[in-house]
Amino acid sequence: MRLALLILLLALPLAGALAAPDGARLFREHCSACHGFDGQGGMGLPLSLPDFLAVADDAYLTRTIRHGRPGRLMPAFRELGDSQVQAIVGFIRGLQPGIPAPPSNDEPVAGDARRGADLYRKHCQRCHGADGWGGRGTGVTFSRPRDFPVMPPALNNPGFQAAASDRFIRRTLLHGRRGTPMPSFRERGLSEQDVDDIVRYVRQLGRAPGSWRPPAEQPPVLMFDSPYSLAQTVANIKRAVVGNNFRTVRVQPLETGLRPPGEESPGQYVIFFCNFEFANRALGLDPRVGLFLPCQITVLKTADGGVKVMSMNPKFMSRIYNNRELDEACDEMHDLYLSIMEEATL
Amino acid sequence: MSHWQTLPFVLFLLLAALGRPVLADDLLMARAPHPFPEAMLDLQTAIAEHGYHVSHVQRVDVGLGRSGFKTDKYRIVFFGKADEVRELLQRHPALAPYLPLKITLFAEADDTLLTTFDPTMLTRLAPQDADFILRLKRWKNDLRSIFHEMREGD
Repeated sequence: MRLALLILLLALPLAGALAAPDGARLFREHCSACHGFDGQGGMGLPLSLPDFLAVADDAYLTRTIRHGRPGRLMPAFRELGDSQVQAIVGFIRGLQPGIPAPPSNDEPVAGDARRGADLYRKHCQRCHGADGWGGRGTGVTFSRPRDFPVMPPALNNPGFQAAASDRFIRRTLLHGRRGTPMPSFRERGLSEQDVDDIVRYVRQLGRAPGSWRPPAEQPPVLMFDSPYSLAQTVANIKRAVVGNNFRTVRVQPLETGLRPPGEESPGQYVIFFCNFEFANRALGLDPRVGLFLPCQITVLKTADGGVKVMSMNPKFMSRIYNNRELDEACDEMHDLYLSIMEEATL
Repeated sequence: MSHWQTLPFVLFLLLAALGRPVLADDLLMARAPHPFPEAMLDLQTAIAEHGYHVSHVQRVDVGLGRSGFKTDKYRIVFFGKADEVRELLQRHPALAPYLPLKITLFAEADDTLLTTFDPTMLTRLAPQDADFILRLKRWKNDLRSIFHEMREGD
């Protein structure tokens, strides 16, 4: 009896686990921030467009979720189980229930890549870039207006190359994608052979060297010892901030707002500073970079009477954004922080 | 074979069927189905309900606008627990650049997006301090709970 009861109790959560994952819930949790609740797009591409779902087979969607787009925001969802990915694909497919999924087919198409290169330069390069790097920046509002629904995808991205079959690229070129700047090449008068030649060239773009790699592991904090008093160190930082073309926004005890005025710890100060041109540029590259804003350097008096100057390490933080262009800005910020803190503690 | 001898096997099958847990990304994100002003109020309420105190709101959009840049609503909410911040900084001063905690929120048409980072990324600042690691995990759970509430419009 006791055993039966125990098995029954253990089986209750099992029943939930064995039930089919809820694709709508998973999409809302993992995808909606970028792609919108109904797949209408935002920072991420719109997924509900009829022309997209007419050409995107389930293998393309599955591989995209699994591999992501290294360096282009879309993360790889390796922690999701197969049934969960399948449920998300099912939800995406259901955004346009009247449109059947095209068959998944990894058979390559035959074409002439050299001829395809000429056609690519003429028809694709303006949006997708000479090397297939795609459009710059992301994020509705900051780097593009709301009536421009997509950034042209990076065709040389290893995630795209792994996810897209030749047939998928071919279908996309022939159909185009209404609601985006991507035209139908069939309607533009290109032949099926022309399209196959472009497909072969797009495949070559994926083999070009120089693909993005996540930044190397970095320590979370940049830290210096200051030989000066806390007040002098704060003054030095304010001067160095200005010397580096930034402006001090405010200086305040670290506990400001957490404790009543006057009760904050006297040995902890934060110097907030900004260069709005730089901030605007960073937001254009990735609107999620608020975690860096405004720039801040903390000055602490330690128990042994020493003074430490520290900041978050932008190179440490940049890894989480999966954004190649932002990495460059984070390198710049890293050097800036070092420059200011070195100058202030010399 | 008695019932109790078969129990480990049954348990193994049950646990295996539960599958792997879903792990959060280092960058936590959520879309709130509300316009910015409402989402801002909801966020501050959710932060307070989780036992934190909002210490400051940085109006990034105002600063950008004054400098001539066009932008939609963009704010950063700083928050924390006063005693916890003081106590942790005494033990681990290197945590200071990441305190108070912050959540970024910005408008995207009729929705509002929220982002923050997973605090357990900072485990390496004191990997031997079990209590510190537990605090980071609690923060992460609270952030995920706040984001869940914001996403579901609770």
